[in-house]
Parts: sequence; structure tokens; C-alpha cells
Amino acid sequence: MYPFEYHKAQSVEDAVAQVTRGDDGKFLAGGMTLIPTMKQRLASPDLLVDIGQLDSLNGIRKDGDTIVVGAMTTHATVERSPLVNAHLPGLAQLAAVIGDPQVRNRGTLGGSVANADPAADYPAAVLGLNASIVTDKRTIPAEAFFIDIFETALEEHEIITEIRFPIVKNSGYKKFPNPASHYPIVGVFIAVTDDETRVAVTGAAGFVFRCEEAEKRLAARFDAAALEDMKLSHEDFNEDIHATADYRAHLIAVMASRLVESMR
Amino acid sequence: MWRYRYFLTSKPVKQTITLTVNGCEHAIEVEPRELLVDVLRNHLRLTGTHVGCDTSQCGACVIHANGASLKSCTAFAIQFDGAELTTIEGLGQPDKLHPMQQAFQQHHGLQCGFCTPGMVMSALDLLDRHQQPSRHQISEWLEGNLCRCTGYHNIVNAVAAGAEQAAALDTDKTA
Repeated sequence: MYPFEYHKAQSVEDAVAQVTRGDDGKFLAGGMTLIPTMKQRLASPDLLVDIGQLDSLNGIRKDGDTIVVGAMTTHATVERSPLVNAHLPGLAQLAAVIGDPQVRNRGTLGGSVANADPAADYPAAVLGLNASIVTDKRTIPAEAFFIDIFETALEEHEIITEIRFPIVKNSGYKKFPNPASHYPIVGVFIAVTDDETRVAVTGAAGFVFRCEEAEKRLAARFDAAALEDMKLSHEDFNEDIHATADYRAHLIAVMASRLVESMR
Repeated sequence: MWRYRYFLTSKPVKQTITLTVNGCEHAIEVEPRELLVDVLRNHLRLTGTHVGCDTSQCGACVIHANGASLKSCTAFAIQFDGAELTTIEGLGQPDKLHPMQQAFQQHHGLQCGFCTPGMVMSALDLLDRHQQPSRHQISEWLEGNLCRCTGYHNIVNAVAAGAEQAAALDTDKTA
């Protein structure tokens, strides 16, 4: 690994001020993606600003009808949080199946969402629950946040501080994991509110998206049978050694059906 | 290109960090890019923590930091300034093994032994959550630990037995 300079941030302001000192300064959160990427020399920042231990970015609280999760909250903390389990079971289910226990102990919500890996789990909950991404500069709605593969609405050196998840009537997450990496080949998050049923899909395409066909069917009848014979167009779906685009399209229907079954 | 020049001309900037490892405090000079596992093995000569894959998949490098397990090949030592770490060396001694180590021995939970330190450290983190884990919980939990010898059957047996022994010890203590 190339040498780099390290700065442990004292506050969000300090982090933002420091990171611009480097030619290619980067924020370090849990490091579960950045460190492997640096080892492979796919990234070689000359400066790392460590925000992983900022208390102000860590923790879970209830604010009216919203669950607010600090950006540096680890997956293990979300998985075990009584607040999350009571109000947003789908979010706890999702956190509990990310990677492996050691990844969940280090990896953070903000790190995962900012990285926007097409096969990351968290984006499904962010879009499914219609969450708001709060940064040091502004608040971005989930619908406008994920733009493309590894691309978000974040500007350079903008830090996610917290994500606000509206409490919904019912929520759930199910994925078909790659047996080696545990990344979802397809992951489906369903949120049921008074007004709508939202179905967000990760892993299938370049970035997380809402499956309108499944939403329409489930709004009419919240039953696994409603998803039978659902055929999705898969032109833009990912194709790799693990699954064809056609197979991913099929998996969406299968995972959504199983999830609906478990949520009823 | 500039980076290549930087690499040739610049001297690594070292910083002194404090790590409490298995109860002993150490002040160590590290470069920011030094991985936690390399500091444990090369600076402190605690070679019980192994490097298997170096890509955070195999789990041979699992240790505990401030009470939670992590893969020490996927962390910079400098991030842990002031932290309390436990490695496999901190559990037991050859003549007085930790119950989980003993269980691995009794149930033949290892063959070559390379993955064992990580397996044991990971299993102990599981016990912090579930005192009496089911076989299903054990195999799910060991997702991040790879063994290429035994096929996991005896490892799961060992963790289940180790959990029972640890629970029995706890009951003795409280009785």
C-alpha cells in the first residue's frame, strides 16, 4: 500500500477543513470497502481523515415519527437497537445480514450509503423507506440520492451526518446472498405505509431502484400470490459470473414473494 | 507519476500510538499505512493472530478491540490509538487453556490449525451475544471464518461445547 497521511477528525467541521489539504483526500469511516480498495491499489489517497470515531455521528434516536441513525453507527448497533427493532424491523433485518459479524462490527451506515455499491444492502432500506440523507450541507431525499453505479448526489468532501428513516406500518428485507461475499445478488426491501407499498431492489442493476410492477400488484393485494407470473424487463440488469440478468429478474419476484409471506 | 516520485523521495511519517494488548500497555511508532495485524505480529511479535487471505475474507486475523471482534488485516493500527485489544495470546496459556480453546482440542475442531485463532476469537464474540447459541447460530456466525481442512462440523461441535463449558463456569462463579 502506498504511504498516506492520517488525521483523526475532532469534529465534522475539522474533517471537512482537513480533507482538502490532500490532492486526493478521503474520509475513512469503517474502512470495510476503502481499506481493501487501497490494498488492491484501486484507490491511493494521499490523506485519510478518520471520521469513524466521531461521537456526534454515532447513535440512534427516535424523533417523532422518524428513526434517526447517525452516519457512523455500525451495522451491529443497528441490528441490535431496540428502537430499530421495535419501529423498523426491516432495517434491523437488513443490518443483521450484511457481510459477516466482523464487517458488521466495523462497517457503518454512512460509509455504505456514500459508497453506493450496486450490491450494497443499505441503499434498499434508504430508498424503500423513503429516507432523508442529511449531510453537513443539506438534506437529500432518497429518490434524488442514488444516481448511478458508485455515484450519488454527494459533492466532493460532503459528509453524511445522519439518515432519517420515517417509521412505517410494516417493513422487511430479504436477499439472495452470494454465498462467498454475502453481498446480495438480489435484495428486496418492502415498506408498507398508510398510503403506499414501496418495493426497493438492490443488487439487480447499477444502482438501487423501485420495482413499480411489484408495488402496483402488492398495493392491490398484499399477498405473495399477487407476484406470481411477474415478468420484469431486465435490459439494464447486471450480468456477471454469478447470475444472468434474466435470473436476477426472476430472483426479484422470488425474494419479494418470500418477503411478503414473512411480513404478513 | 508524481506519486512514484513521492514514494521515492518522502520519508514515511511515523506517529506514536498506545495500544493495550492483553492487558499490557505498549507505546509503538507506526506508519499510518501499517495494518493492525502487522503491528501485532511484527512489532509486538504476537504471531498467534494469522494472516490468511489479507482480503478480509478468511478471518484468521480476528481479534477483539474494545470488546468487539474485527478482522485485524482490514484496519490501520493508527485507528486504534488508545484501544484495548485482546488477541489469542490473551486467552489462555498452554498449561491452562481457555474453555473455548480446550473445546477445540477435545472436539478436534482443527486440523492444520491456521484458522483456529480467528475461529476461537470469533466464537467468543458470539458468546457475548448468545450464551447458549444454537448450531444454526454458530454456523451463521462463523460466516466470516474460513477453514480449508475440517469441513466445519467439528468446529461447530467445539463452539457448542465451549459455550456450555463457559456457561457452566459462569454459573460456578455466581453460585
